[in-house]
Amino acid sequence: MAEEKTIVLPGDKLNGSELEVRGLGRNYATYKLGNEVYAALPGVLEISEEKKVFIPLENIYIPKPGDIVIGIVINVGLSYWTIDIRAPYNAVLTAQEFLNRPFNPANETLSLYLVEGDYVIGKISSFDRFRSPFITLKGSDKFGKIVNGKVIEIKPSRIPRVIGKKRSMINMLIEESGCDITVGVNGLIHIDCENSHLEDVVTLAIKRIEAEAHTSGLTDRVRSFLKEQLSNS
Amino acid sequence: MKYGETPQLIKEDGTRLDGRKPEDPRPIHMEVGVLENADGSAYVSFGKTRVLAAVYGPREPIQKYMVLPDRAILRVRYHMAPFSTGERKSPAPSRREIELSKVIREALEPVVITELYPRTMIDLFIEVLQADGGTRTTGVTAASLALADAGIAMRDLVSGVAIGKVNGVLVVDIDEVEDMYGEADMPAAMATKLGLVTLLQLNGVLTKEEFVQAMEMAKKTLEKVSEMQRKTLLEKYSSVLQV
Repeated sequence: MAEEKTIVLPGDKLNGSELEVRGLGRNYATYKLGNEVYAALPGVLEISEEKKVFIPLENIYIPKPGDIVIGIVINVGLSYWTIDIRAPYNAVLTAQEFLNRPFNPANETLSLYLVEGDYVIGKISSFDRFRSPFITLKGSDKFGKIVNGKVIEIKPSRIPRVIGKKRSMINMLIEESGCDITVGVNGLIHIDCENSHLEDVVTLAIKRIEAEAHTSGLTDRVRSFLKEQLSNS
Repeated sequence: MKYGETPQLIKEDGTRLDGRKPEDPRPIHMEVGVLENADGSAYVSFGKTRVLAAVYGPREPIQKYMVLPDRAILRVRYHMAPFSTGERKSPAPSRREIELSKVIREALEPVVITELYPRTMIDLFIEVLQADGGTRTTGVTAASLALADAGIAMRDLVSGVAIGKVNGVLVVDIDEVEDMYGEADMPAAMATKLGLVTLLQLNGVLTKEEFVQAMEMAKKTLEKVSEMQRKTLLEKYSSVLQV
């Protein structure tokens, strides 16, 4: 392999004009001082002949419009729900958005539809760092309240690996297991399978991806792991 | 030794009571990610001084009036455990602890890129498990490791050490006894890669020349401490490089 990998820590210089920053926290991972670029987060620096790639290893999920997220209802208001999306900012899901019709708080209460502890899949529709992120449920029939299956948590920085290049990893997981898997960019993954044994196997596979995120040939290893586990049952 | 007399803190061969040379710090031990529930955590010990630091956030502020529209607020709580000292310390925050919380916060604010997380709050808890001098500098060292472990964007790591003057000799990393009977105590914290001094206090009297020399000693020691911090973090991620 022509690539050379090193670990960089906050304060390390990443000089080089052809530096590419990848991963979820790319907008937060470096800072400029004078003409130099420095790392602000711990990460891996991959140096190959053509370019330098910096991938942060730790980061905090910051919402951005278009992100598919999974959240938990933490508060039921008069006309909206507050959703914890494991970000520094709580998201808002309005009643109109959820019910897809006008809503009058004088006639109805929201706790009929969603209560604290319910999981919701949705998309961030707007967020500008001055107002809370809003969740929309338009765009996919998967969006809405989660009624079956299970939701697991992993580090948000490992999400790109679970999806893989051109969705290779996630497509392989879905193909091998036959489960319905929805990945939230905020680190929550919804798995919906035929039986709980399958769900457990997929959970183990995803936990393995999280633990070995930066190794190569992972897709094949996870595939053989899944095959082995599923043939045992 | 008579009552009121200063004890002999430097032995005839030039070493200190615990056998260290004046420029030697105590044995340093560091660990990161020691707490499961915190977003980031670290444990640091300088000799018998043992400190645990935990970071939560950035998260939605508990009191909305506290938020700043352009950056995150950093809340620091320095606290000494009741069992950390020889005589039981009341767990209620004392005047000294409130002041040290502020001093440590100001030592970290220049390196944490708080502008990236507007309207949020970063909570930092520093718990002194055992106190033997130099708790604030050990606290700063642990806190910056915990912040890096939590994935909060930082310009550099901060490391701290206390320089003291005992029996007329400048010594590095003073312990409780040297602090109590020494002539001066100068805690310092630096972001060594950036060359920033983020904490500097002086208790006692140093001449101008001694001050310059003490700063030089602090800088030299802190470069070593910073190297250790980096090594500790590198160890955490070493598995990443194994294929």
